[in-house]
Amino acid sequence: MPDPMRIRATEKDGIVDVKILMRHDMETGQRKDAAGKTVPAWFIQNLNVKAQGKDVFNAHFGSAISKDPFLNFKYKGSKGDKLTVSWLDTKGEKRVDELLVS
Amino acid sequence: MNQQRRNLLKSTAIFGLMASAGLISSAQAQEWSKAAFEGKSLDDVFKALNTSTPEKSGAISLNVPDIAENGAVVPIGLSTTLKAEQIAILVEKNPNTLVGQFYFPAGAEPFIATRIKMAQTSPVYFLVKAEGKWYMAAKEIKVTLGGCGG
Amino acid sequence: MKLRPIHFQRYLTCVALVFFTLNTQAQSTADEIAKYREMIADGNPSELYEMAGEELWKKPAGPKNATLEKCDLGMGPGIVDGAAARLPKYFKDTNRVQDLESRLMTCMETLQGISAQSVIDAKFGVGPKKDMDAIVAYVVTHSKGSKVNVSVKHPKEKMMYEMGKRAFNFQGGPYDFSCASCHSIPGRRIRLQDLPDITTPEGAISGWGYWPAYRVSSGQFWTMQQRINDCLRQQRLPFPIYGSDFTIALSMYMAQNANGGIIQTPGLKR
Repeated sequence: MPDPMRIRATEKDGIVDVKILMRHDMETGQRKDAAGKTVPAWFIQNLNVKAQGKDVFNAHFGSAISKDPFLNFKYKGSKGDKLTVSWLDTKGEKRVDELLVS
Repeated sequence: MNQQRRNLLKSTAIFGLMASAGLISSAQAQEWSKAAFEGKSLDDVFKALNTSTPEKSGAISLNVPDIAENGAVVPIGLSTTLKAEQIAILVEKNPNTLVGQFYFPAGAEPFIATRIKMAQTSPVYFLVKAEGKWYMAAKEIKVTLGGCGG
Repeated sequence: MKLRPIHFQRYLTCVALVFFTLNTQAQSTADEIAKYREMIADGNPSELYEMAGEELWKKPAGPKNATLEKCDLGMGPGIVDGAAARLPKYFKDTNRVQDLESRLMTCMETLQGISAQSVIDAKFGVGPKKDMDAIVAYVVTHSKGSKVNVSVKHPKEKMMYEMGKRAFNFQGGPYDFSCASCHSIPGRRIRLQDLPDITTPEGAISGWGYWPAYRVSSGQFWTMQQRINDCLRQQRLPFPIYGSDFTIALSMYMAQNANGGIIQTPGLKR
């Protein structure tokens, strides 16, 4: 399974602020390695966040999202919300992390 | 069965599996739009998003730097008073214009911040879909490599 | 040919205006760069390395199948909080002054049976060096906010500092560059990068206090050893041996000059 995400989710005045750091090379398919060979495209395409099993945010990434992607979004929620964050990349690899909103 | 159908079925199967596992919402699973993400110009992407050139809107607030020290990581953020359902980020001078699309189900705030790669100094377009209509705001971001070290 | 006074005055005004504009442009460019740096500061990918490093610290590895949890970084076995702030320092068990990477190699060898040579020989960012990057990120995070507290009481520490000073000023390579060529004069700059004057406390902490860091331009986490290696590459000098006395001496020189300054690592750099 790919490396875990670093997720921070804090609630204030009924709004939960979610910050996600993902470990991924996000190769565009345009870069050449030290040997001069083109590194094939490989990147996270889908990101999904659920609170208590219900969608609160979705994203589609292209390869031009920076390496080790960072994302910040907000939704109406409460402390203790159970967040499930999942991503899926072009190789079919996926990562799922859960946490409670503090 | 030809190769194309085989490939389509294969990726549908993967997405179907993810959807049924509740990991990716099934509505979204079909939607990573190849047409949009492989668009090579603003017009290509507008077409894929099913819109003509969006109307400029003052209701979109941008939080972006004027200069990015390194084009590999350009922080961009926006918020809007529009009832955003969807936001798209376009970098005019990137090899593929569309950089990302963000979806806001009920309860999600119309706000997003992330980091993008920019191949060179370019106007960046921030599109917001609200109540079925697309709006946009634009800003040029200068990209410089910076020196060595640091 | 006689210079007519009116034209000369106009000329002076033009020059002054251009100079003023260039200066204000330079200032606003600096402000914009500062804004860019501030914007990317939140959500430092170093945190991903730190998470991986914490796991590696606690995971049994090597032929001895042991964890690093008994590693003595100078404050006693297993104590990580504040340890990086006190390095480099003299260690009795190895009878030498060691920086963080060389001390971690000692621990890997004695506790886990992983040879220091295997780490030295590995390419940057690969295998044992990749693990090292993560463990370093973990350890330095636990000194974030502390003051640099490096001693020169022991004679070997004193000697390392003097050696570091010499190394810092040693000119060589095809350009006759030394570290001092770029880092000993106030207000120096390469294109948009300000070059800190490492001979001063403020300059020293802005270098020593911000590396190791995640380098945005390469999308990699660089330890201080890697940073020093790259400096030498830029000077067109031969690559130093990983964890060698030369590199420890340079670190000792920078750390000493930075004493009392606040550590901000892991940093986020262009």
